[in-house]
Amino acid sequence: MTTLGQLALWIALLVSAWGTFVGFYGGLTRRPELIESARRSTYAVAGVIAVASIGLLVAILNHDFNVAYVASYTSRDLPTVYLLSAFYGGQSGSMLFWALVLAIFGALAQLLSSRKYDHLLPYVAGTTQAVLLFFVATTLFAANPFERLPFTPADGQGLNPQLQNPGMVVHPPMLYLGYISITIPFAFAVAALMSKRLDTGWLHAIRKWTIVSWLFLSIGITLGMWWAYVELGWGGYWAWDPVENASFLPWLTMTAFLHSVMIQEKRGMLKKWNMVLITLSFFLSIFGTFITRSGIISSVHSFAQSSVGYYFLGGLAFLLVGMAWLLYTRLDMLESESHLESMVSREASFLFNNLILVGIAFSVFWGTMFPMISELVRGSQVTVGPPFFNQVNIPLGLALLGLTGIGPLIAWRKASVGNLRRQFAVPVISGGIAAAVLTAIGMGHFYAILTISLSVFVVATVLQEFVRGVGARHRLHGENLAQAFARLVGRNRRRYGGYIVHLGIVAYFVAFTGQAFKVDREASLLPGEQVEVESPFGHTLTFTHLGVSQYDQLNRLVSAATVEVAKDGERVGVIKSEKRQHFTCQAPVDPCPANLRQRSFEPSTEAGIRSDLLEDIYVVYAGSVEGTEEAVYRFTLNPLVWWLWFGGFVLVVGGVVTLWPGTTVRATPQGDTQGGYAAQLVESKSA
Amino acid sequence: MWGVYYGMQAKYKFLFGAVLVGGTVGFLMTSGIKETGVYFLTPSELAAKVEADPSFRDVGVKMGARVVHGSIERDVGTQTVTFEVTDGVQTYPVVYRGLAPDTFTDDVDVVVEGRLEPDGTFRATSLLAKCGSRYETTPEA
Repeated sequence: MTTLGQLALWIALLVSAWGTFVGFYGGLTRRPELIESARRSTYAVAGVIAVASIGLLVAILNHDFNVAYVASYTSRDLPTVYLLSAFYGGQSGSMLFWALVLAIFGALAQLLSSRKYDHLLPYVAGTTQAVLLFFVATTLFAANPFERLPFTPADGQGLNPQLQNPGMVVHPPMLYLGYISITIPFAFAVAALMSKRLDTGWLHAIRKWTIVSWLFLSIGITLGMWWAYVELGWGGYWAWDPVENASFLPWLTMTAFLHSVMIQEKRGMLKKWNMVLITLSFFLSIFGTFITRSGIISSVHSFAQSSVGYYFLGGLAFLLVGMAWLLYTRLDMLESESHLESMVSREASFLFNNLILVGIAFSVFWGTMFPMISELVRGSQVTVGPPFFNQVNIPLGLALLGLTGIGPLIAWRKASVGNLRRQFAVPVISGGIAAAVLTAIGMGHFYAILTISLSVFVVATVLQEFVRGVGARHRLHGENLAQAFARLVGRNRRRYGGYIVHLGIVAYFVAFTGQAFKVDREASLLPGEQVEVESPFGHTLTFTHLGVSQYDQLNRLVSAATVEVAKDGERVGVIKSEKRQHFTCQAPVDPCPANLRQRSFEPSTEAGIRSDLLEDIYVVYAGSVEGTEEAVYRFTLNPLVWWLWFGGFVLVVGGVVTLWPGTTVRATPQGDTQGGYAAQLVESKSA
Repeated sequence: MWGVYYGMQAKYKFLFGAVLVGGTVGFLMTSGIKETGVYFLTPSELAAKVEADPSFRDVGVKMGARVVHGSIERDVGTQTVTFEVTDGVQTYPVVYRGLAPDTFTDDVDVVVEGRLEPDGTFRATSLLAKCGSRYETTPEA
């Protein structure tokens, strides 16, 4: 099967090279047979890469340890679901996975796009095939998953136990889907530039793709947080680690792009900026894949360890030069159709949203690359950690949160005093009351008060929109409230889906606020001994160590420590946290006798978590004093973490509403000048 | 000054705002790096720095090195770990109070943050361990 897989990769290389050529040449000459060939090449390459992927999967499932990749990332006793995830668990497999998903997306872009974009599609095919050519070539020449060993080991080395977690099965593919799907909007941007058809057509074509990739990125990042929280045992979910930052960067620029395209659609502004943003997003998605895989951040010296790095560097340089040339030669076609008329307008608020998002992206990029930059410039590495990122990004993030409330409600062109009063009086007062209440109850933390007040402000703007919209439909069309709500959202999916997403983002901010009040306590306890921890909400939590038990489970030996938790003297329940020691068995016997067990990997932690709306009780069992039942624990009280996962859920709901197929009633440009949907309804009724 | 501002065209007002945002980002970044930037050194580099300038001891640094095989001693009662790290040339004893990560064992690469005491011990306030060289990547996507 690996021979077949290898062969399939070579065919994919040829097909994607052909597709690149006929895509661009066919687009330029408009010869129908070339255009058709470009389209078909995207289907063919998807099929061929699927064959290659099946080849690797079969090798993994059959435990063909002669294949280096299979031997490095799997073992006989690995549960099947983790065998499947080993497909993208290592470097060369993840490259193949990238190619597979891109090929499928490339084919879908041809299949699903309306015929009215026929002038763009050959170039789209050419661009996706060119990116594919890069990934297939890198896979074949620098990171081949089908490479064989000169001998066949009896068993593989197994998958890192920290990756043996359900979150880790779905987190990487989600993130990859996000990274990879940015290629399609980017391909349309290239197509618009190549064909010199720079009207809003290409923006309409990519609307859903953009939201899909933004959604996958968001889900991938959130799942990564969840995995870090439950699996790494340090009590947090975000550490500003280079790999996390790499996933955050394209998310930031995609968020900016998502908003700025609305300005171009509505007012014909920001055409050059949008080209730059989508190129940047694509660049950062490739860059993210690259730094996750190369280790370049830890030091420039690790760069040379794998030749993959040089391929990526070459590819990224080509991308920048190519796009710079394309943009430069078409600058005059990207002139703005209108100008900013007032600072108090939706355009201006979106512009600031973009500036801040890109500012955050720049600071995160700079902070992530700083060790490397300082090593190059000054000869010794200087690193910046979470304090740097927090110091820079908390104020910027809060400004952004404020704009989340302002942007969707403020009028286009120039907001009148009436508009401002009508839209913002209630939300501003609500936010003000929240700030006063929080100060009065003694929350002495400036940023926390500001975050919660701004959150209240944003939620109030969104609720007001829903209430007014439902009310207007109820009055004008005589619908009952449920009907009115359903039709309101159904007819304006993009707008109301967007509002729901904003509510999700607010929930993230609320969760981030909780981190300012986190409490930690380490203790070493004999059975029956207890320790007290003060909760930031004023409760006293008592933890009583009950004991440690050991048992076998799948391919690991589990030591589980249990504590009883009481809140203000009242028993709440027990929390179990685990230390897992994975082992491989030297003989194929089940259960494996103790003398044949070989410890593999370092032990891994499974934190015990009890979650409610206010705070998480997070218990980590760090180990026992040799030969006794005395256990070392870390107890963390983590306020408001629940809101993070809830925010993720709300965000997905909002995204799905936005993406739901069907026609949206398009608002007339004039109808949207001074108010929300309610105003439009009134105006369209009276017209 | 604000009178001039109100008289300006929206485009220039926006540029004014943009410069303000850009300036804020720039200021936050430079002050952030100045206040929170930490040297990342190998044991040899640290030794060289301290030799050249003894006051360097008082500067908190990060040190990346490998744990010397068999040097780890854990005192569970006080939750203290002592061990030695080396880059093959220079070796330092390290004292760390707190829970060591799961991946912390003999021969792994660690990053310790803290400062060098006058007696030559490195007192660490944080301890990160990287996965063994057996894996080509960190455990992430």
